[in-house]
Amino acid sequence: MISVENLTKSFGDNVVLDHISTAFPAEETTVILGPSGSGKSTFLRSLNLLERPESGVLHLEDLTIDYAQPISSKTTLAARQVTEMVFQSFNLFPHLTVLKNIIEGPVHVLKTPKADAEKEARELLQQVGLADKADSYPAQLSGGQAQRVAIARSLAMHPRYILLDEPTSALDPELELEVLKVLLKIHDENQSMIIVTHNMSFAKQVANKILFLEHGKMRYDGPTAGFFNSDDARIQAFLASMTFTL
Amino acid sequence: MWKIITEALPQLIVAGLKYTIPIAVISFIIGLALALVVALTRISTKRGAFNILRWIAGFYVWLFRSTPLLVQLFIVYFGLPYLIIPGLAPTGIKLDPYTAGIITFSLNTGAYCAETVRAALLSVPEGQWEAAYAIGMNRSLVLRRIIIPQALRTALPPLSNSFIGLVKDTSLAASITIVEMFEVSQQIAAANYQPLLMYSLVALIYAVFCTVLSWLQKWLENKSSAYLQTTQGGAHS
Repeated sequence: MISVENLTKSFGDNVVLDHISTAFPAEETTVILGPSGSGKSTFLRSLNLLERPESGVLHLEDLTIDYAQPISSKTTLAARQVTEMVFQSFNLFPHLTVLKNIIEGPVHVLKTPKADAEKEARELLQQVGLADKADSYPAQLSGGQAQRVAIARSLAMHPRYILLDEPTSALDPELELEVLKVLLKIHDENQSMIIVTHNMSFAKQVANKILFLEHGKMRYDGPTAGFFNSDDARIQAFLASMTFTL
Repeated sequence: MWKIITEALPQLIVAGLKYTIPIAVISFIIGLALALVVALTRISTKRGAFNILRWIAGFYVWLFRSTPLLVQLFIVYFGLPYLIIPGLAPTGIKLDPYTAGIITFSLNTGAYCAETVRAALLSVPEGQWEAAYAIGMNRSLVLRRIIIPQALRTALPPLSNSFIGLVKDTSLAASITIVEMFEVSQQIAAANYQPLLMYSLVALIYAVFCTVLSWLQKWLENKSSAYLQTTQGGAHS
């Protein structure tokens, strides 16, 4: 399980994470919601140390990281084995084929034999519906295909948790759908996920738990139904702002 | 006139292939390795001893870019024999002209290439670092597997520029007694009293060498940027 205690971070006077404490249950999907600039991405990125809060404690399975203390590079590497990150802008490695993007981590970090890694990579590509793209380069993929490759790349590392930072925000609705379908499938296989998204209907469908951040503060931490039926004025205002009405 | 040309041409080409090109190639390989080390040092964010290393790297780039190559050659070949270091070099540092030439050309081109490589490394998007860190790579693996391959492709055109410049700059080696192509043309001109013809001829050979090198650059660029094509198998043409 991943949990955090009192994560705090500020950029200058701007407090982006204000004593955030919560837990992310294993084998479940937690969705982080909130208006732009509420600290969602910073929060997510501090779970795999791409962002360093000034203070607070992060528990990753049996690893404990105290952000107030210096963190050794060995601890950083160990921490990143627990999670994988899927980025809004995919961040595939453009100089490597799709297959090589996927086996890069297993072969060079986990030291998996290349043949085994390739076999698994092809299975993962099958799973995300891109078996025929193994030898393509990222530049030859649509946004939706690129993000599905990125998801396969993260799955290849067998992380306990996959962190997704607005995985469909850069995509057209049609391409968004193909990515969401893949995520739903992974969710159904009990892969632990933590997703930052602006897609409310997807959040409603996939989330076991909702976290709502506003101005760096945790405004809601609980079950999905409770969030969407909340009588809290701020949450209602947020939900209203996310729904298109004329 | 044809007789003069056909007599001079083989001697010039032999000198070119035997000295000009090898001196340029060896110096460039050493210079490029040096450039990579210097660039990586300069972009590192490590503190402590690295502050001093970064300063040294910056000083080296400044020194070799701010002084003329010809002067650098003179200092290394004619000047260093007078540098007496008790214990280490009690009779001064005497280098044979080829060693002096290759050391100077390597250091000179290395300083220019270091800036090219540094800019190319910095041009790789931050997201590439993050994605590589996220799959658990350490910094050296990220550099080796993800950043450097992409940076070198970006750096290819300016690096080719430096290499082509170096090929022509090796003519300065004539001044430190290396019998490279330009020196051979001077010797022939002194003997047959045909300076215009001889120097035009040697200029033409430099032009041919450099043209072949630009073709090579173009081929390398196509090859190394194939992955950027949006359709499979296509290449810039």
